[in-house]
Amino acid sequence: MKKAIASIAFGLMAAGLITTGASAQATLASVKQKGYLTCGANTGLAGFGLPDAQGNWTGLDIDFCRAIAAAIFDDPTKVRFIPLAAKDRFTALQSGEVDVLSRNSTVTMSRDTQLGLDFPAVNYYDGQGFMVRKKLGVSSAKELNGASICTQQGTTTELNLADYFRANNMKYEVVAFATSDETFKAYDAGRCDAFTTDASGLYAERLRASNPDDHIVLPEIISKEPLGPAVRHGDNQWADIVRWTFNAMLNAEELGVTKANVDQMKSSDNPEIKRLLGTEGKFGEAIGLTNDWAYRIIKHIGNYGESFERNVGEGSKLKIKRGQNALWTKGGLQYGLPIR
Amino acid sequence: MGSVNTVVSQASPPKKSFLYDPKVRAVFYQALLVVTVTYLFFQAGTNAYDNLQRAKIASGFGFLETTAGFDISQTLIPYSAAGSSYGDAFLVGLLNTLVVSAIGIVFATVLGFIVGIARLSTNWMVAKVAMVYVELLRNIPLLLQLLFWYIAVLGPLPQPRNSIEMGAGFFLNARGLFMPRPIFASDVAAILAALAIGIVGAVLFRRWARRRQEETGRQYRVGLVTLGLVLGLPVVTWIVLALVSTNPISFDMPRKGTFNLQGGMQILPEFVALLVGLTTYTAAFIAEVVRAGILAVSKGQTEAAGSLGLKPGQTLRLVVVPQAMRVIIPPLTSQYLNLTKNSSLAVAIGYPDLVQVFMGTVLNQTGQAIEVVVITMGVYLTISLVTSFFMNVYNRRMAIVER
Repeated sequence: MKKAIASIAFGLMAAGLITTGASAQATLASVKQKGYLTCGANTGLAGFGLPDAQGNWTGLDIDFCRAIAAAIFDDPTKVRFIPLAAKDRFTALQSGEVDVLSRNSTVTMSRDTQLGLDFPAVNYYDGQGFMVRKKLGVSSAKELNGASICTQQGTTTELNLADYFRANNMKYEVVAFATSDETFKAYDAGRCDAFTTDASGLYAERLRASNPDDHIVLPEIISKEPLGPAVRHGDNQWADIVRWTFNAMLNAEELGVTKANVDQMKSSDNPEIKRLLGTEGKFGEAIGLTNDWAYRIIKHIGNYGESFERNVGEGSKLKIKRGQNALWTKGGLQYGLPIR
Repeated sequence: MGSVNTVVSQASPPKKSFLYDPKVRAVFYQALLVVTVTYLFFQAGTNAYDNLQRAKIASGFGFLETTAGFDISQTLIPYSAAGSSYGDAFLVGLLNTLVVSAIGIVFATVLGFIVGIARLSTNWMVAKVAMVYVELLRNIPLLLQLLFWYIAVLGPLPQPRNSIEMGAGFFLNARGLFMPRPIFASDVAAILAALAIGIVGAVLFRRWARRRQEETGRQYRVGLVTLGLVLGLPVVTWIVLALVSTNPISFDMPRKGTFNLQGGMQILPEFVALLVGLTTYTAAFIAEVVRAGILAVSKGQTEAAGSLGLKPGQTLRLVVVPQAMRVIIPPLTSQYLNLTKNSSLAVAIGYPDLVQVFMGTVLNQTGQAIEVVVITMGVYLTISLVTSFFMNVYNRRMAIVER
């Protein structure tokens, strides 16, 4: 870790030197100049951000980065994914190592206001839960008094855990690891009685257990975890691009525009679709892109619902129900801000 | 003498230009370097500060007083998520680093000396085993060794419900080693007093024995008497107290609870894995240092000792090792520093050392990267300088012994 200390310190210094003079408003310009987007990704979480054996990344958060690349370059492959452990992710974003962090990070007030970050969107509404071995015979998180619990350090999970056990006047022993991989391995090896992270993460990690059926997810959800992409504070144009990329995907789902029918939809008479696909108005130019920015996103990635189904929904191994992540028109929380 | 100097200076060629004076040049280049380095650091500092301002990242060390809000598995000082600050979390991490380093240094030294001496043994088996140990452990990256101890050795231990009972209240399971926790009554002070008396007595006896030996040549059983005084005296006091009044030391025994053993004292597997990994790894290097030191003592010394009638063990203890120590201490110091710094690999196996707690969780929760990194670097620098200072003092004392 000496190396890590040295590299972080050097990185901070270098970042301090390099960005001298250059305006902090220039993420889009630097991305265009590089010719690709650097995206901070998870070190490996099925459904959200996971590289396969060939190094192809897939997941909901990965799709989102590809959507931004599609909007800028009309090419979803112009992204370099940088796997980041939870404890390193914000430093990497602050220091300019990544242009955008799309790595199931919870939006909290302190992160938004004190870390020099902005969270333009929430692409997954989640909550923290617990997973235990079935043979323990535990059916509620309230029965976890005295348990040892594995968690990933540097997360809101770690803080909620302390809050929950304090509020319920229970004792516990925390064992914190740097990456989700190490955390789950320790739990699976029997180091801890329970494993805690966001509920989506529990379902994803359970797939990696030596025998997934031996584990159950307890019913309690102990926190609100709105997960979303983050950008550096101060670059408003870049934040706009990220915010409206997400809203374009939501609106497309709401309007029924899909990867398959987007070309036909271009000739639609619906003014909302026209504005979305850039045949009316100059919404793309207003955020520094071309007017067909949303068309590019949908053409390459599809709408939010398609990405959800493919990565975490019923069509995937995770089989997570839409739940709170359904559109507002279907009783969920996802509400596409109007493009007008 | 003065006159000779004047002659020489008069004989030397006329002084060249001020610019060609090597002394002036040396000072000039040094000054230039200092100015450049200072300027670079100043620029880096102000730029970092400006960028932080622009990004609206609060700076300063005020965050150390903010409530931490997270828990830590091993805390040597009172700590709770509710009441403790980031500053307390820092102290917890620092103490955990110091504890594992200090114990590691002691164990690695003992093991390293044994292996180093064993490698020079005339017994073929012993020498080869020591050689295999050294070559194996120093050539495998430490991180792999830590993961090996943690996952492969300690991981497969049984679950708490099937704990291995080792008797006398000792249990072993995947959550660690559990042992009775002593609870001290007030009259434990008597035992401590006995211990103090024992230590002082032992030191005095050793001095007296050495003086007697120098005067008369008679040897005393210093080791046995020391053991009796330091260990025996407190134990006798304890027994007497227990018989006369109540037992001053009672034990809180680990009991089986819902999930894990309750009560008692728990040694975390993360701690054990880190300690064992650091000890065995560093010991391999220390063994080589010790071997080099012993080989540096000329063979004549051993032969001379032998001709005086000293036994091989005595030769080693009284003649060879004291001379070897002068060669051993400087590289040994480096190994101590390495061990301390390597303890930061703890992060990989979840032991809450300084890097894990402070550079990991605290940095992430506060976002104060620069402050946290600066403090952490400062801590490692301080630990290294202090270790180095004491080893240098020791080295000087050893060096004076030379006759």
